[in-house]
Amino acid sequence: MTEICGAPNVITDPLELRTYECDGLTSHRTTPALVVLPGTAPEVADVVRACAQASVPFVARGSGTGLSGGAVPHSEGVLIVMSRMRAVLEVDPVARRAVVEPGVTNLRVTEAVRQYGLFYAPDPSSQVVCSVGGNVAENSGGAHCLKNGFTVNHVLGLEIVTPAGELTWLGDGTGVTNGYDLPGAFTGSEGTLGIVTKVIVKLMPAPEAVHLVLAAYDSLEAGGRAVTDIIGAGIVPAAIEMMDALSIEAAEAAVHCGYPEGAAAVLLVELDGPAAEVEAELATVHSLCEKAGAREIRSADDPVQRAGIWAGRKSAFAAVGRLSPAYIVQDGVVPRTALGDVLARIWALSQESGIRVANVFHAGDGNLHPLVLYDDAVPGEAEAAEVVSGAILDTCIEYGGSITGEHGVGVDKSRYMPKMFSPEDLDTMQLVRCAFDPANLCNPGKVFPTPRLCGEVPGPRRGAHPAAAAGVEIF
Amino acid sequence: MHPSRTYAADSIAKALAEACADVREGTAADAIADGPGAVPAFVALPGSTEEAAAVLRVAAWHELAVVPRGGGSRLGWGTPPSRCDVLVDMARMDAVLEHASGDLVARLQAGARMGDVADLLATAGQEIALDVPASATAGGVVASGLAGPRRLRYGSPRDLLIGITIATANGTVAKSGGKVVKNVAGYDLGKLFAGSAGTLGLITEVTFRLHPLPAARAFVRAEFVPGAVAAAGAAVAAAANSSLISSAVELSRPSAGGPLLVSVLLEGSADGVAARARGMADLLAAAGATGSVAEVSESPPPWWPGTPGAPEALLAGDGTLVRVSFWVSALAQVLDAIDAAGRAAGIAPTVAGSAGAGVLYVSCPPAGSPEACAGFVAALRAALDRARGGVAVLAAPAEVRAALAGRGGMAGSVPSLSLMRAVKNQFDPGHRMSPGRFPEEI
Repeated sequence: MTEICGAPNVITDPLELRTYECDGLTSHRTTPALVVLPGTAPEVADVVRACAQASVPFVARGSGTGLSGGAVPHSEGVLIVMSRMRAVLEVDPVARRAVVEPGVTNLRVTEAVRQYGLFYAPDPSSQVVCSVGGNVAENSGGAHCLKNGFTVNHVLGLEIVTPAGELTWLGDGTGVTNGYDLPGAFTGSEGTLGIVTKVIVKLMPAPEAVHLVLAAYDSLEAGGRAVTDIIGAGIVPAAIEMMDALSIEAAEAAVHCGYPEGAAAVLLVELDGPAAEVEAELATVHSLCEKAGAREIRSADDPVQRAGIWAGRKSAFAAVGRLSPAYIVQDGVVPRTALGDVLARIWALSQESGIRVANVFHAGDGNLHPLVLYDDAVPGEAEAAEVVSGAILDTCIEYGGSITGEHGVGVDKSRYMPKMFSPEDLDTMQLVRCAFDPANLCNPGKVFPTPRLCGEVPGPRRGAHPAAAAGVEIF
Repeated sequence: MHPSRTYAADSIAKALAEACADVREGTAADAIADGPGAVPAFVALPGSTEEAAAVLRVAAWHELAVVPRGGGSRLGWGTPPSRCDVLVDMARMDAVLEHASGDLVARLQAGARMGDVADLLATAGQEIALDVPASATAGGVVASGLAGPRRLRYGSPRDLLIGITIATANGTVAKSGGKVVKNVAGYDLGKLFAGSAGTLGLITEVTFRLHPLPAARAFVRAEFVPGAVAAAGAAVAAAANSSLISSAVELSRPSAGGPLLVSVLLEGSADGVAARARGMADLLAAAGATGSVAEVSESPPPWWPGTPGAPEALLAGDGTLVRVSFWVSALAQVLDAIDAAGRAAGIAPTVAGSAGAGVLYVSCPPAGSPEACAGFVAALRAALDRARGGVAVLAAPAEVRAALAGRGGMAGSVPSLSLMRAVKNQFDPGHRMSPGRFPEEI
């Protein structure tokens, strides 16, 4: 590794290694055997090839902001940290494309293209620090993916190092696939199919007008009605976010965002697009928010005011730390129309267990982020919180939703995968894994509860003849 | 059929009949292509995912080649499969399983006709934002992976697909995704199956995210005199990059050496669209529209490929349809290359497509010689060799396919072919699903 990356970019000191023991989900920790920080794509390929030849597992890490333990190191493996590769290599404003290295931060891409009237749409809350390579691994969303889609809709080409250590391109940046859509299959694979070394992203024209509406309600149900009515009116806002009383209280204490006092729910609706369209939508949204019983409506179109309103929402996760010594950030999805029922179930779970739950959610796409609060100094409370957190996921599955909308499965949720998918589903998904990484060295132990041995064929192929199995004599 | 298994024809018929309520022998009308070996021995019409999987289990046991069929309009595209024992016709699986209008989601059986689906969704003021033929099936649209003019704004089928159920080559039923738009649990098999052209398995159900039908739309059209390639290219890029937000930016040159026509689609509210259309007309005029001044209309120009669906609209009879994909900054270079390759090969191709999204379709007339058509494709590939993108032949008669051998074939250069082969080998180790439709026997 020293020969490949140079001594200063190889970390062996036990204390320094511990810096990398976890990502944004601090409840899962493993100290890696070795950390390397390659500076170029060929270096990454050499590192991976060396690992493959020695049958040593390896894990890629971007900025380490992931919330599902996807970048938790392997205790006997190499952690490959991509943060030195952070250049914006090329911007083609006419084609609306940029080529970037994986360690570049999400927000940096938009900053690099703003001068052309363009922006990079996916905007996870951690966009100031999270890396584009990490976004590709997790198929990151953000508040504005309701209208603009996820990372997978904005990544049109990937240079990767395969788990065998070969550099290859998936896709060419045109968005047209010749053969299989490998960039699509790779995006969101949580670092298990290879390591990204270059990313071709799609850029979008920056909106002419942006308008943010804040509406305060005396109940979550009333806020939910406004959401239903807005979607029902054929409007696709850039974002629709909702916070409950507990998270409003936390945000207020932390950043003094000045949300209406005593509100049971605050709804944020952001509209963007051509000025002529936003004006018409704004009038409709105003009247629908009022009709649903808003006690107060504010709106803002200048960037400073908007940022002030968003600050409350964006600080919510961190702010909850003031209310509780410890908390779990959950990430579940339900069909949007089931939000009301599911929130009532979460409330009931909280009442039964005595564990407080603060709710912050992307209401437009039914993506819930319940914050399950507990005191880790009180014996048994962490376990009780874990039970509530799991029961929330069960509820999401029961309503036809998902165990994760944007944080990923990682190590944290692999045990929930069998509740959402059948053994056949999971086996079939892992055929992709076997095509890319038959030796199971690339970020092993993530996403799937039980790795399948590559080469074993799922399903009944070698069993009895199907008709014979059904009791029919055919020969 | 595997030679050692031919004795089993009767048992196969019996087993298929046990697996599926509607099975018949194939006839000439079921042929998947011209020539011998293209008539399937059996046609199975499953009525459910379970029946479809049972058919595939029988096929796996007897090592039969399987070709899925949706609407059939693109069945002969690509390289026709090298063999077809069982044609799985999805016509009986044509139900809309669920339309959750409040969630903007629709779950469809793979054989559902997109025209019927559109009619149903329209009653709730919603749509699947793809421009496809009404006779196309949901599964066929996903399997072919092609998009029409509005790919600029909404992407291709893979971007709107949020869940998929498949039967694998060995008859295992598997699903990925779900019926919520935001979902990152597990690998996304939908992406892999979108555009897989029946080579990985059988798509039995698909779930799409929906969009509200726009209240109003406007087409802004401009004409550029023959040869004004740079000006037309600049107009296309300006329209596609404009914060007026175009849903589609199409370019057409109906006759070689003729004028270039640009048409921009704007969708939204009545007032909003009217104001944006005025802005777009100014923008196109400023970009140098030198023929007729930019005009605004509520209906598409006659050459607009939304009906009967792109890119069929361009394909004349038994002609050859070529897709050129590129970065929009290279549009003028691409148009020049098409002209030069046409002159060199002695043919006059027509050109149309979603130029603003970096896709053009080139149609070689059926009357031309196969050699000239293949020469045109080879010359175009050579001219664009250093540009990002590709030149793929989507559909061609047998003589043109033969003439393309040794000149990049139908697909041209394909990146990461070894990974694609590995994926194929995992999903279909016996190479029985539409074998040979993709290059390198994938």
